[in-house]
Amino acid sequence: MTDATLTTRKPFLGESQRNGLIAGGVLALFIAALVVATQTGTITRNDWTYKIFVDPFVSMVDMPDLLVQTVWEGFVAGVLYSLIALGFVLIFKASGVFNFAQGIMVVFAALSLVGFYEFLTLTLGMPAGFVAAIVAMAGAIGIMFVLAVAVERIVLRPLVNQPDIIMLMATVGLTYFLIGFGEYIFGGSPKVMITSQLGLPTGSTMLDFAGGRVNIQHLDLAAAIIAAVMIAVLGFFFQYTRIGRALRAVADSHKAALSVGISLNQIWVIVWFTAGIVALLTGIMWGARSDVSFALEIIALKALPVLIVGGFTSIPGAIVGGLIIGVGEKIGEFYWGPLLGGGIESWLAYIIALMFLMFRPQGLFGDKIIERI
Amino acid sequence: MFYREAGQYKTTYQSDMAIFPLRQDRIGILIILALAYVAVPLMASDFILKTIMLPFLALVLAVIGLNILTGYTGLISLGTAGFMGVGAYACYKLTTLFPEVNILVWILVSGFFSAGIGVVFGLPSLRIKGLYLAVATLAAQFFLQWAFVRIPWLYNYNPSGAIEVPLRTVFGVAITGPTAAIEVKYLIALTFVVVLTWVASNIVHGRIGRSWMAVRDMDIAAQLMGIKLLETKLLAFAVSSFYCGVSGALFVFIYLGGAEAGTEFGIRLSFIILFAVIIGGLGSMIGSFFGAGFIVALPTILKFGLPAIGIAITGAIAEKIVVMVIGALTIYLLIVEPHGLARLWQIAKQKLRVWPFPY
Repeated sequence: MTDATLTTRKPFLGESQRNGLIAGGVLALFIAALVVATQTGTITRNDWTYKIFVDPFVSMVDMPDLLVQTVWEGFVAGVLYSLIALGFVLIFKASGVFNFAQGIMVVFAALSLVGFYEFLTLTLGMPAGFVAAIVAMAGAIGIMFVLAVAVERIVLRPLVNQPDIIMLMATVGLTYFLIGFGEYIFGGSPKVMITSQLGLPTGSTMLDFAGGRVNIQHLDLAAAIIAAVMIAVLGFFFQYTRIGRALRAVADSHKAALSVGISLNQIWVIVWFTAGIVALLTGIMWGARSDVSFALEIIALKALPVLIVGGFTSIPGAIVGGLIIGVGEKIGEFYWGPLLGGGIESWLAYIIALMFLMFRPQGLFGDKIIERI
Repeated sequence: MFYREAGQYKTTYQSDMAIFPLRQDRIGILIILALAYVAVPLMASDFILKTIMLPFLALVLAVIGLNILTGYTGLISLGTAGFMGVGAYACYKLTTLFPEVNILVWILVSGFFSAGIGVVFGLPSLRIKGLYLAVATLAAQFFLQWAFVRIPWLYNYNPSGAIEVPLRTVFGVAITGPTAAIEVKYLIALTFVVVLTWVASNIVHGRIGRSWMAVRDMDIAAQLMGIKLLETKLLAFAVSSFYCGVSGALFVFIYLGGAEAGTEFGIRLSFIILFAVIIGGLGSMIGSFFGAGFIVALPTILKFGLPAIGIAITGAIAEKIVVMVIGALTIYLLIVEPHGLARLWQIAKQKLRVWPFPY
């Protein structure tokens, strides 16, 4: 604490609190004005102000079942965004590398799982089913390990200490390599994920809710549960194991970690391997909802706004950010999309992230950015 | 032996700061220009002109544009293809609304539309930088791409959703459209590239360019020295988007002859142009040419060169190999020479200066 902070009197409210109060007040006034205007008939149903500011909320209240359905879909999409973002965060924390290839690693892992399974059942003649699926899963995990070692040896080690943009471009190069390699080996056509063979549920349940029905896919439920378990396991791994402690040390400071005898190269392999496993699980869930194909590449970029919202270095941030983006995007598309001609899902996430940037550049849970000369 | 500055005295500040201080360089650039203007259209086959020279000339401007932003000012942008699209669509709307105006004027003017959009999306750059800015420009990319598809006014309510380049003539010579001769298109694109490169090179060597580089090296220090960050960064965005816009207009009007926004100006093009900038060398004009040449020539060489030397590959596999090789080569180049091909060029010139002696 410096002298200046000791001598100045603490203001009644912090700056952010004051800003929050002002923003809240303005918002409340705005809502009150809208309500009055609608009640007195100043704004009618055909005005654009009504369509933008009043109509969506009216329909939200009138049809709560649709709202719940939309939020649920957003939640499920958000879980998947979070999982991709989680892979980014793991690698960024441990090596300071912004791993652009995470999205492609998801596709690559899913493709190698399906490819292994087909190889086992069709070429080797193993009976199709749970056993073959588990063996294929082990094979896919093995591939992710080989990938992690290869990336560390071939890409990261020679490039250590290069500026951020060079590392970023190297992972973009890796992305392209994996796309070409994956399409060369597995073919460009979309594949079907082996959902039922892995023992994942496939049906759906209709819930009666507030006069309507809400459709919940069992698979989405399973995805949410698996994601929660995985995050708990990762949290435990980071907090209580020896390797986890080493990972946190590396995240804090490369130099200090090196000086107490932590091998950076080993840590990087571990972290890329962990990200690979996260990618595999993400790939399974994503593949079960749609086909496994490289079209996922565009969706994987959605992890970037998630990171902006949640912060680049925080695992809870990745989760919360993913849910905010997922739910916000689906609600925006469903209630405001038709006004703009639809399809706004493709860029809404980025605009939400931009708004967060304006007010909290470090994200919800990120470390505060301090700049020095 | 031939490339030596002995006996060339610089007597004025201007001659010391010239872009080409050596006489040999000036002669060299004249020879290159002469080759490009006379020899290439006479000698090269239509195939080479169409598949290599035209996309090269169109993309080189976008690479220069992104280099101004990323290489000289230090702001990462992933929205290049979006800004190129703005140029292409602006040019299309302008020439269909006012067909009597010279198309060359509209290609230049469309750059200003792109510059305006670029300034709007560059506004967040004052508060954020690095990866955060990359995400902000991704917003531009996806928003613009969405707009090209969802606003039918932009493609004149064409049911196919694509824009088709109409026939336009200047002094009776067809320049754009299906009937235009390929040599004419080539010369037009070449002239645009030469003039705009000359302008860009003068900008980055002057006061504006120096303030960009000061911002790149450390923006807070630059601000302390009296450089206005907002103006400087927005100017970089404007100039960069201007080049991207002209490049996009040329890309569609001279090279493709028609385009569908969803496919042509996608995120992949943005990445490819960023590749070109990094492979060519950040903050280098000549590097922009190397980078653009590399990314345009590599697929063609792999697709048609490999069968020529006896390695038979089909077109479909070639596509995949190309993607793979581009990725692998990028990583390789980043490892062996993070400063790009431009640095190799510099080293070669340095060696040539003392040749045949080692030093």
